[in-house]
Amino acid sequence: MTEILKVHGLRKAFGGVVVANGIDFSLSAGAMHCLIGPNGAGKSSFFRLLLGEHTPDAGTITFDGSDITGLRSFQRIRRGISVKFQVPGIFKALSVRQNLEVAFQEHRHGQSLSATVREMLDFTDLRGEDKTPAGILSHGQQQWLEIAMAVGVEPKLLLLDEPTAGMSPDETRKTGEMLHDLNSRGITILAVEHDMAFVEQIARRVTVLHFGSIFAEGTIAEIIDHPGVQEIYLGAADD
Amino acid sequence: MTISKTSSGSRARTFLTRLEGPQTMGRGPAFWIAVTVAAAAAAAYPLIADAWTVGNAAYFLIWTFMAMGLSVIWGYAGVLSFGQTAFFGLAGYAYGVITLNLGAAYGLTILALVLAVVIGGLFALVIGYFMFYGRIQGVFIGIVTLSVTLVLETFMAQTAGPQWRIGEARLNGFNGMSGMPPLTLPWFGGDIVLYPGPSLYYLLLGLVVVSYLGLRIMLNSRFGNVLVAIRENPHRVAMLGYDVRLYQTLAFAIGGAFAALSGALYTAWGQYITPSSMGLTSAALPIVWVAVGGRRDITATLIGTIIVLAGFQMLTIYGSQYALIVMGGLLLVTVLVAPQGLVVGAMTLLGRIFRRGKS
Ligand SMILES: Nc1ncnc2c1ncn2[C@@H]1O[C@H](COP(=O)(O)OP(=O)(O)OP(=O)(O)O)[C@@H](O)[C@H]1O
Ligand SMILES: [Mg+2]
Repeated sequence: MTEILKVHGLRKAFGGVVVANGIDFSLSAGAMHCLIGPNGAGKSSFFRLLLGEHTPDAGTITFDGSDITGLRSFQRIRRGISVKFQVPGIFKALSVRQNLEVAFQEHRHGQSLSATVREMLDFTDLRGEDKTPAGILSHGQQQWLEIAMAVGVEPKLLLLDEPTAGMSPDETRKTGEMLHDLNSRGITILAVEHDMAFVEQIARRVTVLHFGSIFAEGTIAEIIDHPGVQEIYLGAADD
Repeated sequence: MTISKTSSGSRARTFLTRLEGPQTMGRGPAFWIAVTVAAAAAAAYPLIADAWTVGNAAYFLIWTFMAMGLSVIWGYAGVLSFGQTAFFGLAGYAYGVITLNLGAAYGLTILALVLAVVIGGLFALVIGYFMFYGRIQGVFIGIVTLSVTLVLETFMAQTAGPQWRIGEARLNGFNGMSGMPPLTLPWFGGDIVLYPGPSLYYLLLGLVVVSYLGLRIMLNSRFGNVLVAIRENPHRVAMLGYDVRLYQTLAFAIGGAFAALSGALYTAWGQYITPSSMGLTSAALPIVWVAVGGRRDITATLIGTIIVLAGFQMLTIYGSQYALIVMGGLLLVTVLVAPQGLVVGAMTLLGRIFRRGKS
């Protein structure tokens, strides 16, 4: 399979804190992959580097066959990357409908725009709330709204930073089903996740990040049985 | 043929539906009847008032463009510009220089008006480009824009010497330029000169209506959607694939062009322009009008500006310093009592009562 994302020697430090310490990582098109690691491992920072929010000190990022290392964030997004952040990044004063429209209007017009908005309102169970200011939704609903904003554009690569944080087990399962559905439509998914049950539900392969470096990579079973991985998680739990 | 006709017809319809939308208060028949009544009353005003009072009302209308432009930049795009007077003053001087050189025949004053707006708008585009692409943000935008207008004021104030002339037009330093012709429309029976009075009033009223409706459409369009989203969370907007700096620069240029329209009209109205039109007091006043009315809504801004200007003028009878103090107090009260603006507060209340009455 062809590689949709290829990261080579990615390095970034903030003063003495090394958030990416020469990361080599690649993702084949159509993959559904999880990124795990203890708190502060550099998972969110890795996403920010992919998205161009941080400029790397060294290394290259290739997406869909072209080098995007020097591109600005919005240009990377336009190439087909889409993201849901760890902290919900929605427009709190705008209505749910407006949030969705701003997310989709560059990709869809007229009928197709309103159809997608309707589809996403159904999908997020926010049909009756389309005029509600997004800021007064519950935390879970805000998560859903942002996921909808990220998936509605049908990106080539979807980045999800802790998509199920704050969700009930039911909602978590529903999210997993939705991700499988998206993946079957050809969207490559890279998710940061702490909930191992959820990781098992969605991912075929897992990468473990620790102190800004790739610590291990493999199938779920391999990772769970990996003694070093257990150790770094236990070590983190000891803190 | 038929297909393209329907699609252009439907495009025109979508265009008109944007007169209403989430970014602008007021919708439905009751609102549009109120707008029509207000416009008709404004149009009937010269029939009952004397020419001087009408000329004075025209003066109020002149400032509404700068206020609406500031509402776009500050209220909608979330960028507080403290220097709209830079574009106002530049366009005022441009109108003076152009008309003093070209004269008033053949509708050249109208050309001068258009050119002055283009010059002011382009200047705003350049300033906006350097600010937004130079990553200047937040309160620093206010500092930069204020500096620009104060620098322009200082510069114009030292142009008293005879060497400061552009063609026929002496810039005249602190005393300002005067003697430029008013707007003059070419007509068959001889030019119509628009001195402050009913004819100028009607031209301005027409411009206000067109600008107001045009801005409503713009603010409810895709462009307006992105502007308010940037105000709420610029980082997220970039992560949806928008070039935030480009949108901010364009909004700034549009706001600047509206300030320029006010400036050129002001110069044509009073036939003079001075550096103090770009000074600190002048720069602060539009912020008061827009904040008091309600910066996040174009209708509230328009109504608020006219009310505050009329109040200001009534107070000026007792002394202009006194009036300025009241303006400051008004701003303070707004910020404390109804931060979203007094007119917005009143309109929200009216809407609630109206809806309750219906149900
Ligand atoms: N802009 C920054 N400046 C300085 N340090 C930073 C910056 N961003 C992140 N860090 C530090 O880098 C480390 C990695 O942070 P990051 O948010 O990437 O971790 P994470 O793996 O996403 O953790 P979590 O699971 O808690 O979300 C942390 O120690 C954090 O404090
Ligand atoms: Mg994180």
